[in-house]
Amino acid sequence: MSTANSAHIGERHSYDVVIVGAGGAGLRAAIAAHDAGARTAIVCKSLLGKAHTVMAEGGIAAAMGNLWPDDNWKVHFRDTMRGGKMLNNWRMAQLHAQEAPARVLELEEWGALFDRTADGLISQRDFGGHRYARLAHVGDRTGLEMIRTLQQRAVSLGIDVFMECTITDILKDGKDGDKVAGAFGYWRESGRFVVFEAPSVVLATGGIGKSFKVTSNSWEYTGDGHTLALRAGASLINMEFVQFHPTGMVWPPSVRGILVTESVRGDGGVLKNSEGRRFMFDYIPEFFKAETADTIEEADRWYTDKKNNRRPPELLPRDEVARAINAEIKAGRGTPHGGIYLDIASRRDADYIKRRLPSMYHQFKELADVDITREPMEIGPTCHYVMGGVEVDADTGASSVQGLYAAGEVAGGMHGANRLGGNSLSDLLVFGRRAGLNAAYHAARVKNQTPVSIHEEAVQAAANTALAPFAEEGGENPYSVQKDLQEVMHSLVGIIRTADELEQALAEIEKLAERAEHLTVEGNRQYNPGWHLAIDLQNMLWVSECIARAALARTESRGGHTRDDYPMTDREWGTKNIVLSEREGAIDLAIKPLPALPDELKALFEEQS
Amino acid sequence: MGYDLSMRVWRGNEDGGALQDFTVSVEEGEVVLDALHRLQATQAGDLAIRWNCKAGKCGSCSAEINGRPRLMCMTRLSEYEPSETITVTPMRTFPIIKDLVTDVSYNYEKAKEIPAFAPTPPDPDGKHRMMQVDVERGQEFRKCIECFLCQDTCHVVRDHEDNKSAFAGPRFFLRYAELDMHPLDTHDRRQLAQAAAGLSMCNITKCCTEVCPEHIKITDNAIIPMKERVVDRKYDPLVWLGSKIFRRDQREEVES
Repeated sequence: MSTANSAHIGERHSYDVVIVGAGGAGLRAAIAAHDAGARTAIVCKSLLGKAHTVMAEGGIAAAMGNLWPDDNWKVHFRDTMRGGKMLNNWRMAQLHAQEAPARVLELEEWGALFDRTADGLISQRDFGGHRYARLAHVGDRTGLEMIRTLQQRAVSLGIDVFMECTITDILKDGKDGDKVAGAFGYWRESGRFVVFEAPSVVLATGGIGKSFKVTSNSWEYTGDGHTLALRAGASLINMEFVQFHPTGMVWPPSVRGILVTESVRGDGGVLKNSEGRRFMFDYIPEFFKAETADTIEEADRWYTDKKNNRRPPELLPRDEVARAINAEIKAGRGTPHGGIYLDIASRRDADYIKRRLPSMYHQFKELADVDITREPMEIGPTCHYVMGGVEVDADTGASSVQGLYAAGEVAGGMHGANRLGGNSLSDLLVFGRRAGLNAAYHAARVKNQTPVSIHEEAVQAAANTALAPFAEEGGENPYSVQKDLQEVMHSLVGIIRTADELEQALAEIEKLAERAEHLTVEGNRQYNPGWHLAIDLQNMLWVSECIARAALARTESRGGHTRDDYPMTDREWGTKNIVLSEREGAIDLAIKPLPALPDELKALFEEQS
Repeated sequence: MGYDLSMRVWRGNEDGGALQDFTVSVEEGEVVLDALHRLQATQAGDLAIRWNCKAGKCGSCSAEINGRPRLMCMTRLSEYEPSETITVTPMRTFPIIKDLVTDVSYNYEKAKEIPAFAPTPPDPDGKHRMMQVDVERGQEFRKCIECFLCQDTCHVVRDHEDNKSAFAGPRFFLRYAELDMHPLDTHDRRQLAQAAAGLSMCNITKCCTEVCPEHIKITDNAIIPMKERVVDRKYDPLVWLGSKIFRRDQREEVES
C-alpha cells in the first residue's frame, strides 16, 4: 500500500467512454454507450445502486396517456416550460417530452414493475405543475425501482464498474490541450490513484445540495461534475436556480431536510398552518391563476374530474409552494418545530395511504414516531436540486470541451428556473441515453486520428493536489470548514436572497476557500472520510461561489431564485442566461441570450389558457 | 434532552483491530449514524463509515449494533437507555476493509451470475399489460435496498466462508423468486435457484426475514415458495414420466 506521501500512479485503464457517476443518468449513459459498441466504464463514488436516484420517490414524468388520453408530448412540453418560467432550453424540453414515454417502456422491457392501471397499463399519478396524471411510479419508491432496473441491466451487459472510486480531474491531451484524454481519480478503499485513458468522458455526477445546511441530498452531492467541467474549460448555466423542495422533514433535528415526497400532495394531501387554514389558496400567482382552483370545493373535485376543474394550489410548481411555506412560517403561523402541517390523514383512509405511500409511512413511523395515517406531518423547505449545470448541446449532451459530455442534474438548461417534480427521473433517462450514445460516437470518430495522449505532468499535479492535506501540519479540520460553508449558504444564499447578503456570502466563501487551502487530515489514505471530504470540499466551494455570483447578477425573481430586493419577474431577464466559466483560477461571468423558441412551439402557449 | 453517550466502535483493518471507547454528546431524536458522524467530525476524522441517504432507502450503512445486524441510520438512540453503552461493529460475514466498512463484493459477484430478465414481446401497441395483483408479489421483493443484512445474518455463510462459492444467499433467492414470479419473464428460474444458487442449503430459520429493514417476508414469500416450486418440478410424477417417454423437445412442453 502506498505511503501517505507517495504520488505513485500504478493503475491505468483504457476505455472508449468513461462515465462518472452511477445514478440514473450515468447508468443509462453507460447502457447506451455499450449498446453503441463502445468499451465503457462506470466510475462511481459509492457502491453500485446507492446513488441519489435511489431517493427519488414520486415517479417518472412521461406523457404516455395511459389514464388521460388527451395527454401528449406537447402538453408535457408546455407544462415543463411554464414550470421553468420559460427559461428552459426549449430544445431539451422538447426532446425530453417527446422521448420520455419510450424511455419508461424500455425500463419495463428490462424488468421494472410499475404500478398498474385497471386495464393493466403503467399507472400514472398527479404531481405539481403537470396538467394530467403523468408520473409512472412504484408506490413512493420509484427511484429505487429505476436504479435497480438500470443496475441489473448494466450488470447483465457486463459493463465494467469501478465502485467507490472518486474522479478528481478531467485530463486533457497535451499541455494546453483542448480535447478530453481521460480522467484521474483515487480508490476510496485504498487511497491509491488510478488513471483512465478515454477520448470521451460523460459527467453524470448529480448535484450540489451538500453545500447547504438543510438538504435532502447525501454526502456525495458536492458538485464534483460541475467543478470538473468548469476546471476542464466548459461553462455552467442557470447556477442561480436552486430548488428548495417544499416538503422536507423538520423534526427530529437529525432528520431535518429528509425528503417527503410530493406524491403526498398528488395523492390528496394538503398544507395547513398552525391556525388550521389551507393557506395555499392565498398564494396563487397571477401566472398560474387561470389553471389553479380558487375554492376548496373545486380543488377537491379535481382529483376525480380533471376536465371540469382546476388543479389544487398545493400542486403549484415547487418554487411557489416553497415560498408560500416560508412566508407562513415567517409570519408566525408555523408548527412547534418550525414547519407547517402536511395532512393526508384527514383526507384519505389508512389503507390508501399505506398502499400509495409505503415508504413515507415507514419513514415517519421509524424516524419521527409519527403515524401519517392518523396525524399530520410537520414539514418545511429543504435544498433539493440544482437546475443549473454544464452548458450542453441539447441533442448530444456535449459540452464546449471536445469529448466532455454531461447528463442529468449536472447538466443545465433542461429545467430552466425551476424543475417540475417527476421531470428529473425522465431527464436522467432521456439525456443519459443521448449523452452515452454521443460519447460513443465521438470515441468512434476519433479512433483513427492520432490517439489522445495524457499529459503526465497534469497527472502528477492532480496526485499532488489530492495529497496536499496529508502534507499540511496544524491546518484545519475539513469537517469544520464544511459546516461553516453550509451555514453561509443556508443563511445567505438560501430560499430568499438580497444583494447585501449575497455580497456577504461571497466574502465569506473567499475566506472559507483560504481556510480550505490549509486542511489537515488524520490517519492514512485507506478509506479515510476526512481526506475524501477535504478533496470534495474544494468542489463545494467552487459551486457555492458560482451560485452566489449568478444569484447576485440576476436582479429579478424567477423560479428557484427569489430576490427580496427585486421581487418581480423581469421580462428582460427572461431572455438571458448567466454563463459561468473559469479564467486563471477565478470565475468569469457572462450574460448570453437564451435560444429563442421557434414559432410552432410558441403557438402551444397561445392556443391553451 | 441531550446527553453523553458511551460508544464502543470497532476500529481496524484486515490486519486486525479492536473495540475503541468513545464518549460523544447526542441530541433527542438522533440515530446511531448521527452519533458516529459527530465522532467523525470531532474525535476521529478518519473513522470509516459507509453511508448515503440517511433515510433507510439506500442500504449503505449496514453494521452490527449491540450484535444485531441493522442500518445505522434507522436505529434510534431512544431504543437504548441513556446509560447504556452502544457497541457498533462491522458486518461479520464480509471481509473487513476498515473500521465499519466491509468488502461486500461477494454480493456483486453473485448478482452477475443471475441470467438477465427475458420478457415476452410487448403487445402490438408496444406496451405490456400486467394486472396489479400479478405485479405485487414481485414488487414486495423489489423493495429490497441491498443492505445485505440478510446475507450478513445468514448462518450458511456467516461463519462458513467455504459455503460462499455455492450459496448466493437470501438477497439473491429474493431475486430468483422475483424473476420467477414476474408475469413477463420467460426463463425457468427454479433449476437455476437450486443448482447454481444453492437454494437447498437454506434450512429456513428465518433469520434473514427478522433483520430485513424493509420487512420483506424473505423466507415465507420468496424462499419457501421457490423451494416448493423446485420440488414440484423435480418430483411431479407426470414430469418424471414425461422425461422418460418423450424426446427432449416434447418434454419441455409438458413441463411448462
